[in-house]
Amino acid sequence: MNRSAIDLWVGIFVAIGFGAILFLALKVGNLLTLDRTPGYHLEASFDNIGGLKLRAPVKAAGVVVGRVEAVRLDPKIYDAVVTLRIDQHYEFTRDTIASINTSGLLGEVYIGLDAGGDPVMLKDGDRIRKTQSAVVIEKLISQFLFDKASSGAGGEAAAPGKSVEKPAGETKK
Amino acid sequence: MSAELTAGVAQVLRRIGGTVTGAVSKLGFVSRFLLAVLWHTPGAFRRMHLTLREIYFAGVLSLVIILMSGLFVGMVLSLQGYETLKRYGAGEQLGILVALSLVRELGPVMSGLLFASRAGSAMTAEIGLMKTTEQLAAMEMMAVDPLARVVAPRFWGGVISMPLLAALFSAFGIFGGYIVGVPLIGIDAGAFWGQMKAGVDFWPDVTNGIIKSFVFGVAVSLIAVFEGYDAKPTAEGVSSATTRTVVMSSLAILALDFVMTVFMFRGASVV
Amino acid sequence: MSLPAKPSSSRTAEAIAACRVDPAAAAVELVDVSFNYDVRPILTGITMTIPRGKIVAIMGASGSGKTTILRLIGGQLRPKSGQVRVGGLSVPDLEPEALYELRRKFGMLFQFGALFTDMSVFENIAFPMREHTELPEELIRDLVLMKLHAVGLRGAAHLMPAELSGGMARRVALARAIALDPMLVMYDEPFAGLDPISLGVVGQLIRRLNDVLSITSVVVTHDVYESLKIVDYLYFVSGGRIVASGTPEEVRASGDPFVRQFIDGAADGPVPFHYPAPVYREELFADVG
Repeated sequence: MNRSAIDLWVGIFVAIGFGAILFLALKVGNLLTLDRTPGYHLEASFDNIGGLKLRAPVKAAGVVVGRVEAVRLDPKIYDAVVTLRIDQHYEFTRDTIASINTSGLLGEVYIGLDAGGDPVMLKDGDRIRKTQSAVVIEKLISQFLFDKASSGAGGEAAAPGKSVEKPAGETKK
Repeated sequence: MSAELTAGVAQVLRRIGGTVTGAVSKLGFVSRFLLAVLWHTPGAFRRMHLTLREIYFAGVLSLVIILMSGLFVGMVLSLQGYETLKRYGAGEQLGILVALSLVRELGPVMSGLLFASRAGSAMTAEIGLMKTTEQLAAMEMMAVDPLARVVAPRFWGGVISMPLLAALFSAFGIFGGYIVGVPLIGIDAGAFWGQMKAGVDFWPDVTNGIIKSFVFGVAVSLIAVFEGYDAKPTAEGVSSATTRTVVMSSLAILALDFVMTVFMFRGASVV
Repeated sequence: MSLPAKPSSSRTAEAIAACRVDPAAAAVELVDVSFNYDVRPILTGITMTIPRGKIVAIMGASGSGKTTILRLIGGQLRPKSGQVRVGGLSVPDLEPEALYELRRKFGMLFQFGALFTDMSVFENIAFPMREHTELPEELIRDLVLMKLHAVGLRGAAHLMPAELSGGMARRVALARAIALDPMLVMYDEPFAGLDPISLGVVGQLIRRLNDVLSITSVVVTHDVYESLKIVDYLYFVSGGRIVASGTPEEVRASGDPFVRQFIDGAADGPVPFHYPAPVYREELFADVG
């Protein structure tokens, strides 16, 4: 095997090796989709974010419009404050509701945005006022059992375990 | 009776002590060896054609087995994974399953094991044989350092080849998973790639996989060249050195994998 | 097992100065050298002088420590006591760089050749030239062909070592040993395993090259016949000591029992036939259990 043939093959090998790495980075991973398109930030606080992860999608009407960028705990009122990064192209009304949903039973957790009719739009740094926290299965089950128990005991369905709402505004299913 | 007992116990203790001190001193020797090899790195790169030649032998000649294995592993992963995911209605997650398994774990580890048994054992045998036929001694007597000319190029050939091979393994595995998942099983192609892209992060998934394969490359190459250099200059010596290379490299890969996984992915699902 | 000494990847002036050889001194001198392998004594009280331009044979039975002497001269081993001097320089005391400088002046022919199997004959001989000189390729080509011509293998330049017969491989290794025109060439069992014609060829080459290139040769061997034909002086080693020495004529006429046993090839003599064992009759009739 003479030298130039070896050089050629090594060159090919290194090239396809790097190609594979690039493939993994771009097509498989999400290297370039992050922070490429210009966007703005919104905040939303929830009682319980359930299984929401960083970089989870933010969808409106099922279309991905942004990503969850940061999550922290508010030390004063013990709520989870989520920072969303929304694509510059999309605007949302001031009365948009942010809810934490699961796609399917065991699918990924994402934030869904439901826009309202308010003429004023949210700007960079605004806080979404109406939110609905994640449905925690255990609480659902205990609520169901409690309902069953109380209706079985002849009492009214008091439903104390309904999902806790934010003080401002109703919840939407 | 007690005299024999104490003698027996003393014997056992001596053996244990001897083994431990032997292992520790071997570890020390291997570290010194690594330092010596690293010291001679400039020499290895000055003779670039030697290192290129070793990249060819270690990397290019391993391509067939790596690509084929990657393909099959990806396909099997896809088949098996779909069976289980289907039960929870999570069939669309197949892409993420295949991709993450490969990129995080299977790619670096399996290609490391394959590399150790193919290229690692070849390196050991080569160097051991050169030692047996006194070629290394001849080089020394000609005032050419065998570490710079024989050992270091092979070491760096392995270190450079490993991450590339691991990436190729993962890439082909994902492709294999795609072939089984989309045309065969019928999962939507868009869902396959889309979910994968959402679930696999460059940082930490892909980069940690690359770091792992680099670490494995260093471990396997070091063990391979060391065992060859240290082999007894006989036929049995070389053959047992070759076996030791494969065994020790495999153990090292699995142990290092565990340690690195603990550090890298411990907090993966924590927000 | 030890790591090799650091080579002179850059030839320092001190290293070159440190291995400047004294032209008046004998080529090799060993004075009362002792060497142990772990606790086993291999050599004891070895004293020998090898004058310049001569061929000296070191003879002895297998395992008598002959090759160890070569390794001591070449600096691969350090004596436990005594002095090893090459051209007046004390080899064990040299710095690693100086030792590597000194080795450029050596040539060594290993048993069975030790050719680099992944290179052709041409490249094997060009190896020391390419490693240690900056000569242009055309010049190296001419030098290699000259060396090959001296050993009669110029036509085999493009063969691989695997394609050579034993005798040819030995000759190529010899050409490689003299590639840089060394001052001292060491031969480790150059006659081992060769057919009669190759034996004669190698012996003649050793003698001719020694005289033509004015080098000093140390030949470790146990081939009596060939050695007596070509060497100037012989040392006999047995049990780690020098038991006899002399010129070929002295040796042929010697009455020393060891020399006689060696030369005549007698099965028993100062080197016993039987490996130490208990008394025969007692061992045969020993009670079992």
